[in-house]
Amino acid sequence: MTIEARALTCSRGAVTLFREVSFRIERGEWFAVRGSNGSGKTTLLRCVAGLTRLDAGEVHREGNVAYAGHLAGIKDDLSAEENLRGSLALAGATVGPEQARAALDEVGLLRRRALPSRRLSAGQRRRIGLARLMLDPAPIWILDEPLTALDDDGQALFARTLARHLERGGLALVATHHDLALTPARLLRLGA
Amino acid sequence: MNVAAQVAAMPPPEGSFGAGFSWAIARDLTLALRHPGETLLVVAFFVLVASLFPMGVGADPQLLLRIGPGVIWVCALLAAFLSLPSLFAADYADGTLEQMVLSPHPMPGWVSGKIAAHWLVSGLPLTVLSPLLGLQYGLEVATLAALAAALAIGTPVLSLLGAACSALALGARGGGILLALLALPLFVPVLIFGAGAAEAQAAGLSSAPHLSLLGALAIVATMGLPFAVCAAVRIALD
Amino acid sequence: MNLFFFSSPPTFFRLAGAMAPWFFVLAAVLAAAGLYVGFVVAPTDAVQGEVYRIIFIHVPAAWMSMFLYFVMACWGAASLTFNTRLSAMMARAIAPTGAMFTFIALWSGAFWGRPTWGTYWVWDARMTSELVLLFLYFGFIALANAFEDPRRGDRAAALLGIIGVVNLPIIYFSVQWWNTLHQGSSVSFKGTSMHIAMLWGMLLMALACWMYAIGASLVRVRSVILEREARTRWVRELGPRASAAIAAPGVTKLPG
Repeated sequence: MTIEARALTCSRGAVTLFREVSFRIERGEWFAVRGSNGSGKTTLLRCVAGLTRLDAGEVHREGNVAYAGHLAGIKDDLSAEENLRGSLALAGATVGPEQARAALDEVGLLRRRALPSRRLSAGQRRRIGLARLMLDPAPIWILDEPLTALDDDGQALFARTLARHLERGGLALVATHHDLALTPARLLRLGA
Repeated sequence: MNVAAQVAAMPPPEGSFGAGFSWAIARDLTLALRHPGETLLVVAFFVLVASLFPMGVGADPQLLLRIGPGVIWVCALLAAFLSLPSLFAADYADGTLEQMVLSPHPMPGWVSGKIAAHWLVSGLPLTVLSPLLGLQYGLEVATLAALAAALAIGTPVLSLLGAACSALALGARGGGILLALLALPLFVPVLIFGAGAAEAQAAGLSSAPHLSLLGALAIVATMGLPFAVCAAVRIALD
Repeated sequence: MNLFFFSSPPTFFRLAGAMAPWFFVLAAVLAAAGLYVGFVVAPTDAVQGEVYRIIFIHVPAAWMSMFLYFVMACWGAASLTFNTRLSAMMARAIAPTGAMFTFIALWSGAFWGRPTWGTYWVWDARMTSELVLLFLYFGFIALANAFEDPRRGDRAAALLGIIGVVNLPIIYFSVQWWNTLHQGSSVSFKGTSMHIAMLWGMLLMALACWMYAIGASLVRVRSVILEREARTRWVRELGPRASAAIAAPGVTKLPG
């Protein structure tokens, strides 16, 4: 399971966001992406995930992708548990209620698991995403500012989850301006 | 942790059309049932507009008999069209649409599931209600049956065409009007064959030719349009 | 010859500028010939008198409107398949001309209908199909312009064009079916045989419309190219005339 990116170039309108970006992420590694606002971090991540088209270059991915972008990716009308099990079913992993509850417990949402997600705070909604990452078998994680709205506990939990993922042979591409407890194998800087 | 180790031990997931389809249809139906208001609105609109026509053209039974099938079909078209924005717009806004695109399940699977769910909460209620409206227009039983059959075959085509237009217009300026401009011209053949089926029956002729043509349209639409919808969704998420 | 050479906007910009005047000249010549045949050579119709001569505008316009939609959809399909910018710009350039011909077909049909049937609008198969086609064109143009990012508009409209072109025969067939069922009147010849001169007149006018359509599309695509490529070096090097040609709002004025 690797990601290989060669000479990625993408522009939005008349602005070229990045040009000739190349990298290779091996199993057990994670790369951090940094840059100022508007430097194209989100676009780069979306291109690597396959959501946004590139102007030039190629991405070779082996394995499924778990992507977390700016939007939470959960339905307001469904409960935390339903959202979690739904996301995982969509990712091809059938997760039973016990496993789902164990994960929700670990992120601190066990008691609120049956509430409609619109009643949860932004941080709590992010934690549903974190629970999903814990259970998602996808080897490739592409995460855009995953620490947004998470408190210190949540950030520590994320770091632990990422470490476990890497130990299991997964890899990750994370756009974050935070310094995680984990050191990335490489730091990609966008924007001049 | 125990849970994570269990997950790591599972074989890598394979996506399948059927799994994607059932996931989407179950989810969308659950969401629709949590907010039944939207479905009821579609139905209410259908009934309301169909009831407006006699007030506008007069209650002459011969006239109503003549215009009944066409009017009911136009109302079904408008009601089906009104429910279109909810097909993709909500998922686009909260980020679940991009999660679906990244799923290992093939795209045509869950797209078809969403469209099927959409038909179940819009086209199907309209089809079931159409005999009641037909009675308002004084249509006979045979005509009502032909009308319901035509709607049963035609409304899925409307859902499919509408889904393509809805996906193309995601995030566009111009909202509902743009969607109307895109979808309603494409609805014309369905309207012609669908209303024609009921009118033929009312005139004492067989509705079979119209229903067959409608069926042919339905088959072509089911085979081809999901892929167009997938392409449109990819364009929208770019 | 490498066709992709011509698909670079600066090259095509110059090529289109050189070719367009010739197409307009051809169009004018063919139109003169066609109108001569139509209004002078072709005989008076036994049934409809002189009024029928509107056929030399109505029918070629209708043919062109459908043909141009097909061409537009092909350019759109090419832009999606080969991911070329210029194909999408050509599709956008053709659309208004196609809509114009549809409009001409509808207007000329109305003027034919009035003296012949007493009403301006006749729900015949061709007129009704033209009306639906007009909405298909409007939908294409509206969708192409409905997004902040013009490339997104290009791609969405291209896909819409493909869906439309597949539906067009279905729509046409269904309207024909509907028309025969309801036995509506027809804006055409009924019970008269077509004189050879009439056919020639229509063909010449159709060719004239085609040449005009090519010329107009080439002119329009130059304008689209300028708008899109406004910030590139080659446009800036074209100088102040180019910046004057870019009248679109939201485009920053070129320096110098």
